[in-house]
Amino acid sequence: MTRASKAVTDSRANLPFVYRQYSAAQLREVLYKMYLIRRFEEGAEECYTRGLIHGTMHLSIGQEASAMGICMPLAQDDQITSTHRGHGHCIAKGAEVKRMFAEFFGKTTGYCKGRGGSMHIADVGKGNLGANGIVGGGIPIAVGAALSAKMMKTGKVVVSFFGDGANNEGAFHEALNMAAIWKLPVIFVCENNGYGMSTSTARSTAVKNIAERAAAYSMPGVIVNGNIFSEVAEASHQAVARARAGEGPTLIESKTYRHRGHSKSDRNRYRTKEEIEDWMSNRDPITLFESELREFGFIDNKGIEAIRDAVAQEIADGIEFAKASPSPDVRDTGNYVYTEQA
Amino acid sequence: MDAMVRELSYAQAIQEAMAIAMDMDERVFLMGEDIGVYGGAFQVTGDLVERFGTERVIDTPISELGGAGVAVGAALTGMRPIFEFQFSDFATLAMEQIVNQAAKIRFMLGGEVSVPVVMRFPAGSGTGAAAQHSQSLEAWLGHVPGLKVIQPATPYDAKGMLLAAVADPDPVMIFEHKLLYKMKGPVPEGYYTVPIGKADIRREGRDLTVVATSIMVQKALDAAVVLEAEGIDVEVVDLRTIRPMDKQTVIDSVKKTSRLMCVYEAVKTLGIGAEVSAMIAESEAFDYLDAPIVRLGGAETPIPYNPELEKATVPQIPDIITAARDLVRGAR
Repeated sequence: MTRASKAVTDSRANLPFVYRQYSAAQLREVLYKMYLIRRFEEGAEECYTRGLIHGTMHLSIGQEASAMGICMPLAQDDQITSTHRGHGHCIAKGAEVKRMFAEFFGKTTGYCKGRGGSMHIADVGKGNLGANGIVGGGIPIAVGAALSAKMMKTGKVVVSFFGDGANNEGAFHEALNMAAIWKLPVIFVCENNGYGMSTSTARSTAVKNIAERAAAYSMPGVIVNGNIFSEVAEASHQAVARARAGEGPTLIESKTYRHRGHSKSDRNRYRTKEEIEDWMSNRDPITLFESELREFGFIDNKGIEAIRDAVAQEIADGIEFAKASPSPDVRDTGNYVYTEQA
Repeated sequence: MDAMVRELSYAQAIQEAMAIAMDMDERVFLMGEDIGVYGGAFQVTGDLVERFGTERVIDTPISELGGAGVAVGAALTGMRPIFEFQFSDFATLAMEQIVNQAAKIRFMLGGEVSVPVVMRFPAGSGTGAAAQHSQSLEAWLGHVPGLKVIQPATPYDAKGMLLAAVADPDPVMIFEHKLLYKMKGPVPEGYYTVPIGKADIRREGRDLTVVATSIMVQKALDAAVVLEAEGIDVEVVDLRTIRPMDKQTVIDSVKKTSRLMCVYEAVKTLGIGAEVSAMIAESEAFDYLDAPIVRLGGAETPIPYNPELEKATVPQIPDIITAARDLVRGAR
């Protein structure tokens, strides 16, 4: 994205990074998208509860600043690989919620024509190479995409999102090592929400901070408060600059929290109500960003209301689009297995 | 075609195919363990690094899962990687990327992308490398929709099928028997392809169809010479591709000979022989059968180190001859 003008940046000299770096319109757009992610997932959850969506889903409610902050410095043709908790990444990278809803409803107008669902949501046109049902599965793929970028000299950077659970998969370690020895333009983003399903990072992971593992692969390891948009965006900005300059990968640990359970089967027996309540009331990323925007004069209550209304409308329209879209023909079940078939 | 035909080894034919593919298309590159200055564990890449440089002949760390994933990611984003596993057994370390990712990404994304990755697997026993370096795991991958799985049996096919694999938009897994690497045969210069999904009748015969794969094709041909002297006329079908399988060629052959034997090195049960047998049992060729179908496959054991035991675990030429005699003369 483009920088704010010099006069404007001077007047914001003491503000946090994003308020110096981006225009008011851009920052309001970020708030819009954070709401869009939140309401999309609430809408998807409601549709699931009403039986309109089957299967399962993994909600990232509470992690919106992380997705938006990381994607903020990315260009449209930069690429990401995402996770089973990937709705936010998909929207942050530019996807349309109506086609995401259509995918969740299993319709032909969905991003994967109803073949992938929530766990494989992708938008290749906007650089999202896909969510992934396998923990850590997307990490080596991101390194391969970065190898392509380097070999074809496209100047693209690739972001690999994964959770704290993935940092104990072999794929994580193999991929970070290769990215480092080949100095590839890739950014590893560990969204540490404290739990791999029910197992806390304290019980699963030998290091206190996952970013410490960067030292083993000679790359910068950066810890950010994943619920503060500006902190995340600043770290991403630096990592993207480093990657584009050919200096190699960065590991960013974005410490955050998911308000909802792991998936629809979660009974929340591994964390306390007090803990969840604390994160929801005191550290909600949208509330925090909204307060800053208001405090620094980038938006007023009327502006916030307008954003909420517009998001509500986009969500309602998206669900209607999904409902009205056609289902795939069962005779086409074998399509897309091989390239020549369809 | 008036291309010069030379005698090349199977390994040389593969190397030539990779060089031609890299000359023709700058997106093609090689990845694998010790394929650079070392030349590959079986010298298949040989000196290609001198010709194409370390940026296109990439030595990976010993990271099969990560390496396979990097190849998948590169293929997904416009490159044409050829990834060498040092031994096919090490596919077990990379199953996640092969089975969950390479095979399924196109389908899961509704056809929005393709994954044109080629993976090469030196396979099979006979080198004294024991249980973890001698397996034949092709049927494992043959079970996965989204993959194509081939087993060229000659230098000619090794080159032509590799070039077909590189041109293919989908993931192609090539199982190369290690004992074939030194086998010599006629190979034309220049570019040609041998189609994936098409079996080859390597010897025509009237009395018995032997469907064989990989190194068993040559063993079946050698057995057929002996059997011919005894008045048994064997047709040898080289399956070449196990997914997608060329059913029609096998069906037509069995309808002609009325007898079927499958010969393959992998463990006998739950494998290629079962698939070919069932395919015939389900087809119009079933009514033509004059005798029960016979499978000759590997023993139900890991591959042992001792050379005599090692030989005993996989079908040998005398086994094929004996089984063919019994089948044709009705001993069964």
